[in-house]
Amino acid sequence: MRLIAPIAKRVARLALVLICVALVSYGLMMASPVDPIDAYLGPQMAQVSPEQRALIAQRWGFDESAVVQFGHWLRQLVSGDLGWSHVYNQPVSEVIAQRFQRSIALLGSAWLLSALVGFSLGVMAGAKEGSKLDNIISTYAFITASTPAFWLALLAVLLFSVTLGWTPTCCAGPAGALNQEVTLATRLHHLLLPVATLALLGIASITLHTRTRMLELMRSDVATHAFSQGASRLDVAWRHGLRHASVPAITLAFASLGELFGGSILIEQVFAYPGLGQATVAAGLRSDVPLLLGIALFTALFVSVGNMIADSLYTVIDPRIQPGGL
Amino acid sequence: MLTIDQLSLQLPLYTSWWKRDWATCLDEFSLTVFPGEVHAVVGASGAGKSLLAYAIMDLLPTPARLNGQLYYQGKPLNASRQRQLRGRELALIPQSLSALDPLVRTQRQVTWAALRAGQPSAHAWHASQQALDHYQLDARAQQAYAHELSGGMARRVLTAMAHVSQAKLVIADEPSVGLDPHQRRRVLDALRELADQGKSVILITHDLRHALPIADHVTIMRDGKRVETAPSCAFQGTGSMLLSAYSQALWLALPDNAFAATTTRRVEQEAHVA
Repeated sequence: MRLIAPIAKRVARLALVLICVALVSYGLMMASPVDPIDAYLGPQMAQVSPEQRALIAQRWGFDESAVVQFGHWLRQLVSGDLGWSHVYNQPVSEVIAQRFQRSIALLGSAWLLSALVGFSLGVMAGAKEGSKLDNIISTYAFITASTPAFWLALLAVLLFSVTLGWTPTCCAGPAGALNQEVTLATRLHHLLLPVATLALLGIASITLHTRTRMLELMRSDVATHAFSQGASRLDVAWRHGLRHASVPAITLAFASLGELFGGSILIEQVFAYPGLGQATVAAGLRSDVPLLLGIALFTALFVSVGNMIADSLYTVIDPRIQPGGL
Repeated sequence: MLTIDQLSLQLPLYTSWWKRDWATCLDEFSLTVFPGEVHAVVGASGAGKSLLAYAIMDLLPTPARLNGQLYYQGKPLNASRQRQLRGRELALIPQSLSALDPLVRTQRQVTWAALRAGQPSAHAWHASQQALDHYQLDARAQQAYAHELSGGMARRVLTAMAHVSQAKLVIADEPSVGLDPHQRRRVLDALRELADQGKSVILITHDLRHALPIADHVTIMRDGKRVETAPSCAFQGTGSMLLSAYSQALWLALPDNAFAATTTRRVEQEAHVA
């Protein structure tokens, strides 16, 4: 029972967030100049008479008020029907599921890599302020923190794919190969460069925040007391530093999920990687309203769940943080 | 045990952003601590008491100018020896309760102190439990986090950390601050007990009253200088056994003593003359 109440509270909060996101994104769609009928017809637009258009509009319920339309959409959403994507000619839920499978490999490994490497670099740099290692790591972090993702991706493609030919230039598998024929090794080979680029950018902010927390700790009463007990810097960094620095690192790692998602849109575009990011761009360019709304909702869910996990992890690390509140 | 000979300490002070001055925090300070005694260092806040403790432990911030000599057991105590003896022979009970790591359970912290003092890891956990038991911290307190302890319990945890290291010289920095009389008694008695075991205790405090019952010697400090070192029995009556006017004034200023207008005025005049 003690577990059920907080979980129910969290789920209720999550539902509330999703409803707000649905409302706002639906409102934005209504306010946008996108005409779903034009988008649906595509190039055949010229062959359709105004009477036929009116018929489609009536069939789709566009003659009703915006609130009623939103109600229809929400009811369908609750029953699990996200609509039909005319760009991919598939149900939206299927498009998202397929694309997300690809994206999660890219996002997940980049996220894990950036969190782990970023945290370790931050702890190493912060353990001794002003040391050579600290200077190297800080310089690296400052440079990559101020590098745009797509530019770094372009440079990486130029160097590793075009000039050196170590990695493929695009896609999740060789061109023309069927999905079933692609081996795991080939998949990883295609993932290598996008993951490295995406991770490289995520590392910087986690490194810098972890380093700052470490510097703070190394000047604190806790560290002075440990030094008075004869502890070495390594000892203090290992025993006290890891615990203290993991709180900001976890916050940042989970908060950066959204950012990483945004970054993956650019990276997938540059590497022509068929993930959710690419689908977002395609949906936006070709006015695929149901798919755009579906992706917006899905991203909100993804990021909210990430924050929820971070919230529960705090209480594990820092005993002063009590679970509870709204 | 420990001899401090003409120790001077200067710390940088920025009067404006380009100009650096040196503020004198300890001025030719000398002190000798014998084995088995509690030596109280008493002074107003800002007199340099805590800096003295940090200087003995070599925990000062890096841009510090230190002159004079420290001797520990007859041999000079330089930076490398300080680093070597820290935690093993020299222990510090810090002034601030924030010295306890808020994210680590009490007993684990005491175990770390034991490990840092060079005890074998198989024994450290047991030793920490013994030390905590010794200071009447029950099983619940041993598994508690710092924010769950009362001020008195946290003090006793800090004392247990110094105790478990089996250091021969313990420096206690303001151990009785913010405690009720009962808790204070307990913490101070624990220090006296350490001295009775043959260890040396330097008790840093601003409150002469609390130091006197357990101290053998008292050194009065003012603005980084030593005013006077006297046996604690000299602090009685009208303080006529005290040599300096400042110590006498300090003694008489206590509420229990001649805290009457006439005496205070007389002492003030004497202090002025001196």
